[in-house]
Order: sequence, then structure tokens, then C-alpha cells
Amino acid sequence: MTETDASTSDGLDFAAATTEPVSDWTTDYDIFDPDYVADPFPIWDDLREGCPVAHTDRWQGSWLPTKYDDVVALARMVPELSSTDPIVVKPPSDDTSDPNAYSTVNAPPISSDPPVHTWSRRLILPAFSPKATEAHEPFTRQLCRDLIAGFIDRGSVDAAGEYAQQIPPRVIAHLLGVDPDRADDFVEWVNGVLGAGLSRPEVRQHYRTKIREFFMAEIADRKANPKDDLISELLAAEVDGEPVPDLHVAGTCNLLLVAGIDTTWSSIGAALWHLATHPADRQLLVDDPSKLDNGIEELLRAYAPVTMARVVKEQTEFQGVTFEPGDKILMNFPGANRDPEAFENPDVVDLERQRNRHVAFGVGIHRCAGSNLARLEMQVAIGEFLAAIPEFRLADGAEVTWAGGQVRGPRKLPIVF
Amino acid sequence: MKIIVDSEKCEGHNRCYALAPDLIEVDDYGYASAIGDGTVPPEHAEAAQLAVDNCPEYAITIES
Repeated sequence: MTETDASTSDGLDFAAATTEPVSDWTTDYDIFDPDYVADPFPIWDDLREGCPVAHTDRWQGSWLPTKYDDVVALARMVPELSSTDPIVVKPPSDDTSDPNAYSTVNAPPISSDPPVHTWSRRLILPAFSPKATEAHEPFTRQLCRDLIAGFIDRGSVDAAGEYAQQIPPRVIAHLLGVDPDRADDFVEWVNGVLGAGLSRPEVRQHYRTKIREFFMAEIADRKANPKDDLISELLAAEVDGEPVPDLHVAGTCNLLLVAGIDTTWSSIGAALWHLATHPADRQLLVDDPSKLDNGIEELLRAYAPVTMARVVKEQTEFQGVTFEPGDKILMNFPGANRDPEAFENPDVVDLERQRNRHVAFGVGIHRCAGSNLARLEMQVAIGEFLAAIPEFRLADGAEVTWAGGQVRGPRKLPIVF
Repeated sequence: MKIIVDSEKCEGHNRCYALAPDLIEVDDYGYASAIGDGTVPPEHAEAAQLAVDNCPEYAITIES
């Protein structure tokens, strides 16, 4: 975690995780190490060669696979590997009789296994089908144009903080039917859960509680005044003839807020970082916007942001190592996407790559439910940016900062145009 | 030439639908299937191959 903004409205510590230098990445890696956060690719390359499933005792311990075939096999390993605890650093002690307990507002379906996973995923998939997603395109396009209009005359912008970070909170608010003017709050909450909260469980707990309270109030409101929005749809849904419990709806809204914001702004930001530092690629998309769809796929492959964890349920032998119950396994999709056995010249970003079975959105039953929306946001955000600002580069002496650990993306990206 | 979607393997990534919309349809949940009997007209052969090559689940095959 490399957030440099350590102050929050709630006075919690958002500073970067404290790490000790790493001397052996095969047995003692650190996902919060500043070098790993800034540039994990050479580290994964070394591990793939010598120790394709690395281990560490840091941050309560975890395993880090780096080969495409291994990561994909592990992602499909259900039910031996469970999704009930997708963050490496465990939550605070969990008394489920406590309404503020961490697990009372979980995040199904991402935090669930079959059979709950099956019905809770089916509940939200229609809202993210290609057709349903297309309906959010005009809103997203107008939002991007308005944001650009706010800084285009200045000739400079923090493309992470003032653009990428501003888009997903408002699109998700629009989808859920909650107040888009609270986008700054949503950003802080999401930073509290998936930013600082990754290494600080008490921060995660605090913001999880805020999110639960927010959505429980929204749920009470929709029960009294149903609207044409996803919260109302979830409340109207039935599973086996029964309404979905309020806490489940709150948990799913929690997922859509948290997973829909941090990940997508990281992807938009990483794409803009690439285009700011690779003029030929930028020009390719400016000259022929029809290459954007394919180009976005390549940028997703090269800079996949998300590494959720699984927890081992049964002792499992895998590629010469033994996973014990309770061990955490990192679903290293970003590393898999750089495996030379799966991708030709994996470290070359080729926006015209034709064979691209990248796993930025995962594989198997937990494939990102919002992938169509994320792709739409990326295509619109990058397309509108390039149309308005065809030439841009990093500001002289720009200090680009990256967040990382389990969600990687730029947090400060000063560019000039 | 026919395009075949293995519905057991499909997890709804929708890349095939984006790359070969004349050959693939998706249901309300985003799961893909071949349109009609999956016959690929010659002018869509390239799109069919792209659909195969970009499916992370290896759910799509072409039968000649």
C-alpha cells in the first residue's frame, strides 16, 4: 500500500504499510514491499523460473503462484479452496452476534462458496449482461466529457485522482441508485477497505461498518419507496420463493461498491499511465479508435489490477508444495498474464495482440461479475480522453505513485498536454 | 465450418460475443451460445477464430 495521503475524515491511519526489506522473494515475499507495489513484473519473472509457487510468513502468511496454468488451476479448485476470506490479512475477531461484526456484512458472491455463491451470483448477473451494461454508456460518456471539460483548459491534470478515480464511483452510484454526489465518501470508504484496510484490519472493519450502515439505510428507504434501481431489484428478488435477507442485499451492495470502484479506477489509471509513457501506442489509438476494444484487452492483460485470495479447506498437494487448511493462496492473475508459456512476448504491450486469453477478470465460477461494465468504463474513459486530449505525457519530474498489495493501480499520475 | 460453445465451460466473459456478434448470442445472465446451428459463413471465419483464441475458459471450438 503506497497511499501517501495519510489523513482521513475519520482520523484513521492510511499511511503505507510498514515493511522490512526482502532478501529472498521465494520464501519471504512481501506484497506491500514498495518495489513489489511499484514494479512486480521482474519479481514474478524470477519466481516463475525458480520457484513458481512462492511462500511467505509475512502478513499472516500466503502462497504466491506465478504461472498461468497454475493460477488458472488454483482458481478452479473448488471446494478445496474457499473464497470466504479473500483478503490476505485476516479481519478483526469476529463475533457474529455483534451487528458490527465483519461477517454480518460480507460481500457475496465474491466472498462465498457454492451453494450460496451460485444463487447470489445469479441474482446480480442480469444487471451486468452486455445488454444491461450498454444502458449505462450514455451516462458514462457524459460523465467523462464533463470531467475532461473541468481540466482541459489547464494543460495538466492528475489523471489518476482527477479523472480515473472520479468515474467508477459515479457509475456505480448511478447503477445502484444512490447519491452520486457522495462519490468522495465512496472513494474514502473504498480506500479504507481495499487500500489502507488491506494491511490494517481495524481500518477495514471501520469502513465496512460505514458501508453497511449506509446500505441498510438505503434498503430501508427502498422498502418504503421502491425505485427503478438495482437495490430495489435485489429487494424484490426471490430465491426459492423467499425474499433475499436485507444483510445479504447490503453485502452484495458492499461488493458492488468496493469491487466496482477501486479495481476499475486502477485499470483506467494504469491504461492512462501506459499511454502517457508509450507515445506510439497512444498514437495508434488516436489514429484508429476502432482499435480501442482490442487495445483495452491488452492493457487489461498487462496491468491486471486484482489479486484476491482463497483459503485452503483441505490439505492439498500442488506442484511440489503442500497447502494446509487455513493457508491463503493469492490468485495472481496479474502474474499469470505475464507468463511467457501463455503469451508470446508477455512483457511487450501489443495493443494489436490477437490471441489474448488473459485472466484479468479471473476464471471459473468467480469470474468478475462486473467485467462488462468495467470494459465499458475503460473504453469510454480512454476513448473520450484520447478524443479530447490526443497528445499527453507525464509531467516533468512527475512522481507517479502506485497502490498495491491486492489491487494495483496508479494513485497519482501527473500529466501535461 | 461450425462454432461450438461448451456451456459447461462458459463463465460469461463475453469476449466471444464482442468479437463475433454474428455468430454468438448471450442470455440474460451473459452465458454464450452459438447462433442457430453454429454454421460459420466464410466471411466470419476470422471472427470465429478470434472468439476461440480469446476465451479464457477454452469453451469455444471450431469444427470443420
